Amino acid sequence: MALDSKVPQGPIADKWTNYKNHIDLVNPANKRNIDVIVVGTGLAGGSAAATLAELGYNVKAFAYQDSPRRAHSIAAQGGINAAKNYQGDGDSTYRLFYDTVKGGDYRAREANVYRLAEVSANIIDQCVAQGVPFARDYGGLLDNRSFGGVLVSRTFYAKGQTGQQLLLGAYSAMNRQIGRGKIQMYNRHEMMDVVLVDGKARGIITRNLVTGEVERHSAHAVVIASGGYGNVFFLSTNAMGSNVSASWKIHKKGAYFANPCYTQIHPTCIPVSGDHQSKLTLMSESLRNDGRIWVPAKLEDAQAIREGKKKPTDLSEDERDYYLERRYPAFGNLVPRDVASRAAKERCDAGFGVNATGEAVYLDFADAIKRYGREQALIHGDHNPSAEKIDKLGKEVVKAKYGNLFQMYDKIVDENPYETPMMIYPAVHYTMGGTWVDYNLMTTIPGCYCIGEANFSDHGANRLGASALMQGLADGYFVLPYTIGDYLSDDIRTGKIPTDLPEFEEAEKSVKEQINFFVNNNGTKSVDHFHKRLGKIMWNKVGMARNAQGLTEAMAEIKALREEFWKDVKVPGSADTYNEELAKAGRVADFLELGELFAKDALVREESCGGHFREESAETEGPQKGEAKRDDVNFAFVSAWEYTGEPADAILHKEQLEFNDIELKTRSYK
Amino acid sequence: MDMNLKLKIWRQNGANDQGKMVDYSLSDVSPDMSFLEMLDVLNEQIINEGGEPIAFDHDCREGICGMCSLYINGEAHGPDRGITTCQLHMRKFKDGDTIYIEPFRAKAFPVIKDLVVDRTAFDRIQHQGGFISVNTSGNTQDANSLPISKHAADEAMDAATCIGCGACVATCKNSSAMLFVGAKVSQYALLPQGQVEAADRVRNMVAQMDAEGFGNCTNTGACEVECPKGISLDNIARMNREFFKANI
Repeated sequence: MALDSKVPQGPIADKWTNYKNHIDLVNPANKRNIDVIVVGTGLAGGSAAATLAELGYNVKAFAYQDSPRRAHSIAAQGGINAAKNYQGDGDSTYRLFYDTVKGGDYRAREANVYRLAEVSANIIDQCVAQGVPFARDYGGLLDNRSFGGVLVSRTFYAKGQTGQQLLLGAYSAMNRQIGRGKIQMYNRHEMMDVVLVDGKARGIITRNLVTGEVERHSAHAVVIASGGYGNVFFLSTNAMGSNVSASWKIHKKGAYFANPCYTQIHPTCIPVSGDHQSKLTLMSESLRNDGRIWVPAKLEDAQAIREGKKKPTDLSEDERDYYLERRYPAFGNLVPRDVASRAAKERCDAGFGVNATGEAVYLDFADAIKRYGREQALIHGDHNPSAEKIDKLGKEVVKAKYGNLFQMYDKIVDENPYETPMMIYPAVHYTMGGTWVDYNLMTTIPGCYCIGEANFSDHGANRLGASALMQGLADGYFVLPYTIGDYLSDDIRTGKIPTDLPEFEEAEKSVKEQINFFVNNNGTKSVDHFHKRLGKIMWNKVGMARNAQGLTEAMAEIKALREEFWKDVKVPGSADTYNEELAKAGRVADFLELGELFAKDALVREESCGGHFREESAETEGPQKGEAKRDDVNFAFVSAWEYTGEPADAILHKEQLEFNDIELKTRSYK
Repeated sequence: MDMNLKLKIWRQNGANDQGKMVDYSLSDVSPDMSFLEMLDVLNEQIINEGGEPIAFDHDCREGICGMCSLYINGEAHGPDRGITTCQLHMRKFKDGDTIYIEPFRAKAFPVIKDLVVDRTAFDRIQHQGGFISVNTSGNTQDANSLPISKHAADEAMDAATCIGCGACVATCKNSSAMLFVGAKVSQYALLPQGQVEAADRVRNMVAQMDAEGFGNCTNTGACEVECPKGISLDNIARMNREFFKANI
């Protein structure tokens, strides 16, 4: 099947408006006869479910958590971008569009990104109207901060809990519709498969995670909003339950999976402390507004620190290497995430790491505390403040801005980051890749849509900070509710989809077979055992730096591990009760397939772009020496994989990316 | 230094089972482990011995989703302050300690299995008014057209940080949900956008809170102490004021 992105004709600034003016609509009376299923209730799924219900559709929403409010969007800390230009610093829709395409290393679809930038301002208006308590200045207007990879302040925030507040906003909109009966909410339910009738997505099979009951649900369209697949690495900043299964099930039924190798390794996470580690914790990128990243300039100092013979505060300014400021003077500590992560790895690989494992760098707030302290002293009319007073006032400002993050760090690491620099190291965070969708956000299965992190479309090969929240809400509030109408307008006479069709019966049967297989397998090793081994393969061979040999090995190792998993996995308990091991087994089974496709995708893409760094493709000379080298002649395409059985046999379809409004350039932050 | 621990954990096979405390011992616990990672290790041990692992709720493991619960040594989210159970670290315990682990207990939070409880009563309260009635249209007024004083916005934010974990209910001798409901009512009461529906909101949410079987507030203040997000008792006072205003 040839890929048709369905990008409308016309100038980029007019595409979305013209398109909205010409698509088919469903009249309000007919919307009452149409059902839509939404899987996942994070920012994308929650906002979509609420908006579709407001429009009049009957929505069924599903979440594996015990409440829609707990989806992992809630953990996003730093902020949400919008081209409001409230700061008057030269921001515009075009600039947000440009920054996002450049930040994504020219591997995103232009028209989608422009639309995202265009609706970004509406998101802030909508959220404020819902009562989202964004940070404000003393004049009562909204405050902004700056994030990596841009030269303006366009990030709106609510302390270090922006994701929480935005999700609670979407959740409140859902609550209003649940109360009116327009959304039927299914908590603690997991989607086990999608059901296709006459080639169209017409329902899903779910498992009730409390009773174990396998259920059929029908609808006229199915929306997948189940988030990213970072947990394929076992250790990531994702929630423990975050999984690829909904996306993978639709992939196996015909939805192409795009760019799985585009994964964001976030530069500022708390380093791994031991083998017991179950997840990694992010320290918001917003910290890089004020924190300076460094390692010791001399190897012997790094070694002394690792051995506990020296403390970071013992080193003078000239004994420190602020390597981001040194290498990237224009953007300094606010380079994009992929660049910052690779730079940290480069220093640690060279022996400058600062914790016992040698895999950590410093994020230091001492300068910011001094700077803010002096400023506050002046505001308080003290023109000759003592060092103690500066320190005290400065810490108060830092606490107001980042207090919850500092507390989180203190609790996990047992060190006070107001007194000693934080230790940080990159960790798997976000997946830019995902289900391939067209301009309507529809997958290659008619009637099956994919929104938010679960799709691939807007961030190219690297996502800029504070853009995930923007994309999730743009898709759910402002894009999907329009585009889905164009498809559903054909369904006004279809009537309710019956769930006793043979297609439902068959899908339910195969779901039950898999469940029964797991609980009767009598293997010897736990699900986590396999998940951890998969994670190690991924991190070591498909992580921050990749090469052909490692990727080839990874594919073979994952395949072997998958075979071992099916032979030897042990799932205690029964199928007809609350059984978390059983739920985990199904998720890990899918990760074991995705992991291989991920490595294959990385192997095929013989260039470096964004979060995908091939060691064979780096600049060897000139001012960009050592930086990632993109190959626009051969790789300016989206890799969309078609499932055929074994992940290694997946068929590659290419969507050629066209750049008419932005010139393809080497991405420089120097 | 690694620790050896005795654990007494509530096991209950479904809502209708009577349930009982069961003894476990666990060795070589690292002080850097989180409390839930300690339970992961215990579960791995139970699975390898052919048993059924202990069911407990958890998800984000960074203190924000509100999914984890647990009553540890008689305290919601355990002995530390300002954190959820997933942020509690084993360095708060000593070698040889006996640790009691129970579910959040309240009539309105029935046990699902072991340490997992059903907190959907909180959702049902929110369905009755935990929102501002504004449709998504794309032509909502500009966000800066209505300035809001920083103090009001900050106070609303403080109330809005509630994660809905239910520690307040589990801690309260009356199993009251007033801190939770008060926080939501306050967030909207402090913002101009929330004024239009204020009276209906507080009346309806309080009615649902009562219908769910939560108790009343007797100003003990234990909820505020145990709340992982430091939600202030002031929110209960504000809700009472809003309720009074709505009913005169």
